Amino acid sequence: MSQKVVCECGHSNPEGTILCEACGNPLRDDQTKPILTMRYEGGALRSQTYKRTIVDKIWNYFSSVKVGVVLIILIIIAMAIGTILPQDNAIPSDDPATYYPQHWGTFGTLYVKLGLDHLFRSWWWVILLGLLGLSLIVASIDRFIPLYRALKNQRVTRHERYLKRQRLFGITQTDQPDEIIEQAKKALKEKHYKIREENGNLLAEKGRFARWGPYVNHLGLIIVLVGGILRFVPGMYVNEGMWIPEGEQMVVPGTHGQYYLTNHKFILQTYDKDNKKYQEAIDRVGGQVAKNFQSNVTLYKAKGDHVLGEKPDLVKVKDAEIKVNHPLEFDHFRLYQSDFRTELYKFNFKLENKKSGKSFGDFSVNLQNPKETYDLGSGYKVILETYLPDFYFDKNGTPATKTDVPNNPAFVFKMISPEHPKGELSFVALRTNIEPLGKNDYKIAFKSMETKNVSGISVRKDMTTWIVFLGAILFLLGVAQGMYWSHRRIWVQRKDGELWVAALANKHWHSIKKDLSYLVEKAGIKEPIDQLEQKVFQQDKERGLHP
Amino acid sequence: MSTLVWSRDLLLAAFFLYVIGTIIFTVSVTGKKFKNKEGQQASRRLGSVGFVITIIGFLCEAGYFFTRWHADGHIPVSNLFEFTTFFSMMLVLGFIIIYSIYKNNSVGIVTLPIAVIVIAYASVFPTDVEPLIPALQSYWLKIHVTTVACGEGILSLSFMAGLVYLIRAVDQTKRSARTFWLEAVMFVIVCTIAFAAIGGIFKVQNYSESFKWVNEKGQDAVLTYTIPAIVGPHDGKKISGDVQKFGPLFEAPSWMNGKDAPKKFNTVIWSILAGIVLYLILRLILLGRRISWILNRVMQGVNLPLMDEISYRAVAIGFPVFTLGGLVFAAIWAEEAWGRFWGWDPKEVWALITFFFYAAYLHFRLSRGWEGEKAAWLSVIGFCIIMFNLIFVNLVIAGLHSYA
Repeated sequence: MSQKVVCECGHSNPEGTILCEACGNPLRDDQTKPILTMRYEGGALRSQTYKRTIVDKIWNYFSSVKVGVVLIILIIIAMAIGTILPQDNAIPSDDPATYYPQHWGTFGTLYVKLGLDHLFRSWWWVILLGLLGLSLIVASIDRFIPLYRALKNQRVTRHERYLKRQRLFGITQTDQPDEIIEQAKKALKEKHYKIREENGNLLAEKGRFARWGPYVNHLGLIIVLVGGILRFVPGMYVNEGMWIPEGEQMVVPGTHGQYYLTNHKFILQTYDKDNKKYQEAIDRVGGQVAKNFQSNVTLYKAKGDHVLGEKPDLVKVKDAEIKVNHPLEFDHFRLYQSDFRTELYKFNFKLENKKSGKSFGDFSVNLQNPKETYDLGSGYKVILETYLPDFYFDKNGTPATKTDVPNNPAFVFKMISPEHPKGELSFVALRTNIEPLGKNDYKIAFKSMETKNVSGISVRKDMTTWIVFLGAILFLLGVAQGMYWSHRRIWVQRKDGELWVAALANKHWHSIKKDLSYLVEKAGIKEPIDQLEQKVFQQDKERGLHP
Repeated sequence: MSTLVWSRDLLLAAFFLYVIGTIIFTVSVTGKKFKNKEGQQASRRLGSVGFVITIIGFLCEAGYFFTRWHADGHIPVSNLFEFTTFFSMMLVLGFIIIYSIYKNNSVGIVTLPIAVIVIAYASVFPTDVEPLIPALQSYWLKIHVTTVACGEGILSLSFMAGLVYLIRAVDQTKRSARTFWLEAVMFVIVCTIAFAAIGGIFKVQNYSESFKWVNEKGQDAVLTYTIPAIVGPHDGKKISGDVQKFGPLFEAPSWMNGKDAPKKFNTVIWSILAGIVLYLILRLILLGRRISWILNRVMQGVNLPLMDEISYRAVAIGFPVFTLGGLVFAAIWAEEAWGRFWGWDPKEVWALITFFFYAAYLHFRLSRGWEGEKAAWLSVIGFCIIMFNLIFVNLVIAGLHSYA
């Protein structure tokens, strides 16, 4: 249960308050230093007040700046370790367990074993960031609430002990306090202070909003972290890729069959080798510098409902040129030109009589999507029995395919001719022509091959981007708010025929001193003394640093 | 063609003006040792002269920048030479701003020579006009790179002021960990000077030798060294230059993956060797005393609280500028070019490390009261991180940013 601490001024403060929120009277006995510690206005920080239960202990732990800084240092170390070797998404292999040892030996093995190849997706990294987020939240709440209370409840008239023990303090002896106070009001208004009066005393204040800067920037960072977490919510984030050959149409992955893309042409341009301006640089890298990667595409949208697995009716959305730095945008999706490759596309063959060398017709096999039968007329026909796009001999020595990509296509054809209505078998691969069932009369002769460009398009949808940027902007605003403005207060108070002047800034003391000299000049008060500078000067003198 | 010549001459002019500025600022501060009034006035006058020369130098460098822009056909920040030169320009700009506010000569003694070293360092990299690859063809190149360089320049000023603070505050009369580390900083600076000198000497001689090797992308390529190869490419074969005379003494390890890494590694080895020689010569001249000892003598008149304040102010301004350029603008461009605003690329990670480090600096300073010497040491570490990201990440670590 929290108890209230009632000050002699009558204000009731929360338990643990150091300086009365209303009058600033030091409420705790341990305030013995000549200058008051003005941190958080002497408000009751939860972390400094309650220290008994487990919740208190956890709260206190995460509210500590020390813990926050330790977390930052741990994060820095983790990140540095994560850049020693490339992360697994940056290596040209899908198999980190063999790639790392192969390239970096024992160290590589260790790196993978410890999971450092995917450090930024590891559980402990996420926990580290989570702890930092927790520390940000707890530390901010812990300090914001008492600070806000103290600044809201502050009264103009302050306790004697509060004023006397401010860093900047001075006493002016005068017979005409009213006049001086009037002058002071005018001078401070000119300096854009907000003035409050009470019983003939003054409180001039400016730049209080600067005090919220740290909380605004911490809030910004928390929003950035929340944005990062939201990526894991289904539908918020899509990260897919597609390899789409020229002239083909494919469904855009991640769009649930809603969008189709046709790739008309992939364009690769390089800088002219004889370009005078860039000649030396181009020569230095061996004559090839890319100028443009581009896919000319058309985007289609599926019309209405359609049966799963069946191609729907399509409506054209738009023609577009996707270039690096110029993605195609639609319906929260973005399509990026991210890669390209050249792929075998068609093999052209002819059917030949081995003895006479006479040809009985040409046919071509589409390597992506081969037809089964090729009718050459006059009783001649070729049937594709087996197609192995990426041919190799497996462990048992039988032909098989590694992938679906036509890197090394192989075919088993059945050649049907008037002489052989049941067909002869022929195994055809690059530089290979085998007759598995004895001697054939006919053969399939390789004529030519065609290649085709394939565009690598990445598909992204990220509904969290704006949240992250909002957080980042809030962070920057908060930093500026907190660092470029200072919260300044000047008290002018009557005390038995004297005027007491005290001044307090949360930083940039130089500026408030300038304001004070202006006040001294205009209102004719005695210049307050910087009690801290005197002390520091004394210490420095002892260390021999001041000449 | 002529604008390119112009730009080279203007950069050279800026270089020499900064050298002259350094000398004048040094004299102005050393002159302060005569503590009479006339001496102080003379020093202030000298400081103003130094400042005017710095401004003329800066205008020359700005002239270099815009003529180079004309010659390039795009903003000249797209390779290491151009970026590093631009960085030196931002350093000097930061100095000009700080000088206008505080009228303090001491910062000039450190900032100007470092700007000189940075320009010399930059000039060792290939200076040809280069075409832009598709990834760089965006107006974000202008926005992102200039803001980053500006932020890094301002943050580096924090280091310069911090270094002046340490030179003055660290007690040089007895050997300690502090004197050791400060001297280590001096040694690194000497190495950089040695590097620029070596690069310059061989450049004047048009030195060149080439190797046939398999580059970081696994392609056969030719690597041309402009200084003799102490370390050759991994499995490289010398194809031109003096094949007999000076072969590489050993080969670069295969895990070095940056662009042209063996060549850069070779340069590092040269810098350290030449740095050691130059450092030993300097120690001999100083009769065995530390370099920081002599600088400490020179800077007796430095106002320590002012240096501390300049160092802090530079972080207060540089931190958000760097965050804006190195993280926010960087993320926007990454989203535009690669489809993700963050991808844990080494350069990105080190930018984030820089961010976190200066965030820690501010917490140490504002919450835990680390001012003066402690803060100055932090600013030295911060500068090391920035330099690491500028040089080492391009040198050793392969990533999306290894363009140069």
